[in-house]
Amino acid sequence: MRNVWIIARREYKLFFISPVAYVVAFFFMILLGWFFYSALRDAIIQSTYQPYVPSVQIIISPMVTLLLFVMPAITMRSISEEMRMGTMELLLTAPVKDWELVVGKWLGAFLFMLTLLAVTWIFPIVLNFLVKPGIDQGILLTGYLGLVLMVASLVAIGVFVSSLFNNQLVVFMISLVLVLIFWLVRPASSTTGGLGSQILTYFNFIDHYMNFFQGTIDLSDVVYYLSITSLALFLGTVSVEMRRWR
Amino acid sequence: MIEVEGLTKDYGPRRAINNLTFEANSGEILGFLGPNGAGKTTTMRILTGFMPPTMGTARVAGFDVVDQSLEVRKRVGYLPETVPLYPDMTVFDYLKFMADLRHIKNAEERVDDVLDIVHMEERANGYIGNLSKGLRQRIGLAQCLLHEPEVLILDEPTIGLDPAQIREVRTLIREIGKQRTVLLSTHILSEAQQICDRVLIINKGEIVVEDTPERLQAGLTGVQRVSVRVQGDGDGLEKLISGISGVGKVISNQEGAVEVETPPGKDLRPVIARNVIKGGFDLLELKNIDLSLEDIFLQLTREEPEPPNTDDSEEMP
Repeated sequence: MRNVWIIARREYKLFFISPVAYVVAFFFMILLGWFFYSALRDAIIQSTYQPYVPSVQIIISPMVTLLLFVMPAITMRSISEEMRMGTMELLLTAPVKDWELVVGKWLGAFLFMLTLLAVTWIFPIVLNFLVKPGIDQGILLTGYLGLVLMVASLVAIGVFVSSLFNNQLVVFMISLVLVLIFWLVRPASSTTGGLGSQILTYFNFIDHYMNFFQGTIDLSDVVYYLSITSLALFLGTVSVEMRRWR
Repeated sequence: MIEVEGLTKDYGPRRAINNLTFEANSGEILGFLGPNGAGKTTTMRILTGFMPPTMGTARVAGFDVVDQSLEVRKRVGYLPETVPLYPDMTVFDYLKFMADLRHIKNAEERVDDVLDIVHMEERANGYIGNLSKGLRQRIGLAQCLLHEPEVLILDEPTIGLDPAQIREVRTLIREIGKQRTVLLSTHILSEAQQICDRVLIINKGEIVVEDTPERLQAGLTGVQRVSVRVQGDGDGLEKLISGISGVGKVISNQEGAVEVETPPGKDLRPVIARNVIKGGFDLLELKNIDLSLEDIFLQLTREEPEPPNTDDSEEMP
């Protein structure tokens, strides 16, 4: 367990040296700011016709979309970089268990994403000053809880994919495709389909987020994100173990 | 300390090492010699728990490399061929990270100690990315000394170093090797000759020969050669030396110089010297010619020449 923390700590620190992380964080914040601005502008225009108070959802909703794209960029170098540089040999011959390595890598990236999420609190705070009688804090909290859970599973998927390939670009593309599949693919109707479409519906990333978005916490959604996280980390561990046998 | 039995590793259809059996004792420096692609790195990777063998067993410090991999890894210091470093970390941070992973108490002190051993204290706060190859090699060496391992496995430790650094690293390895087991691979034969207590020559995944460097030299040549050089053109020197009892073939290869074959284990140099002087020659030089490990190596790993290709129709225009 201690090893997990040691690896995570190094990983986390590395994000603050690596230019990729800064570029990604920069664009994330810029785009989020732009979405926030245009949502406010629309709200002002709308409120001239009828009473309208924008909710905190105007920030959370674009954030969900943006995070789907941010994740592959943040996790693409996670394990693949170690393999490319040959430092994997160092880690795999140190007294560290394979799962400790994978979980450590995940934890480091996850903590970095949490830091990024923490910075986005500026927007709700600003909004709180702009609207009367302030924003709905319930939705804010459940919305962010949902985001944290979603980020955990996204990062886990990213780490898993990066354990499969040595090339960062390949990792980036495949993670992106995977995320898009989880995000967009859903059967035309979730009620009439057979088992296949039920599974697809169950795996949809956004459907499980809707309850958090509306201010309620459904245990099944929490379980969903946690299971995706553990499954991806398990697969990542298996993949690292498989590398030894090649 | 290292016991290897029947070790075999396949990469797909290619057999990298085949049925290797050897051991290394405590306080011994074992040299692993072989041309590129002979299976040196593969063997080392198995011994360090990086990957499992296809067949056979290996025990390091009494632990099985497959079943007790973590115990083995705790006791082994490993310097891979491409030194695994993080270029965006400082030397100190990197070593501290590795020390933490190995749960070393007073990690920072220990990092200072190993930096002292490899003479890198003044570079502790520099980024690894800015260091030259030789300095990186030293950091790699520092890294594998951190936990004072019982067994050191070094894959080509002097590659890419300048002559002064090579000497330094060799001295360092000899120093370390007094208390620990060192397995080092190299294709520089004089290096093996200088550092190793025992040499293991491997070619195409199989052990060709295993012996001390000295015995290898003596055993393989069968005869010893002495070179004699005198002033002038040395007329009649060949005849004179041939007359000495015990002397084998005498070859005159240069004016005033001959090479004399003498039976192994018998030093005929004093006799030759006396006879040459008595015969009226001015002796300039008299020395044993050592067959270098280079020659032995080439002899052992030489491939049989392939039969000439008679069907050369493809090469015809």
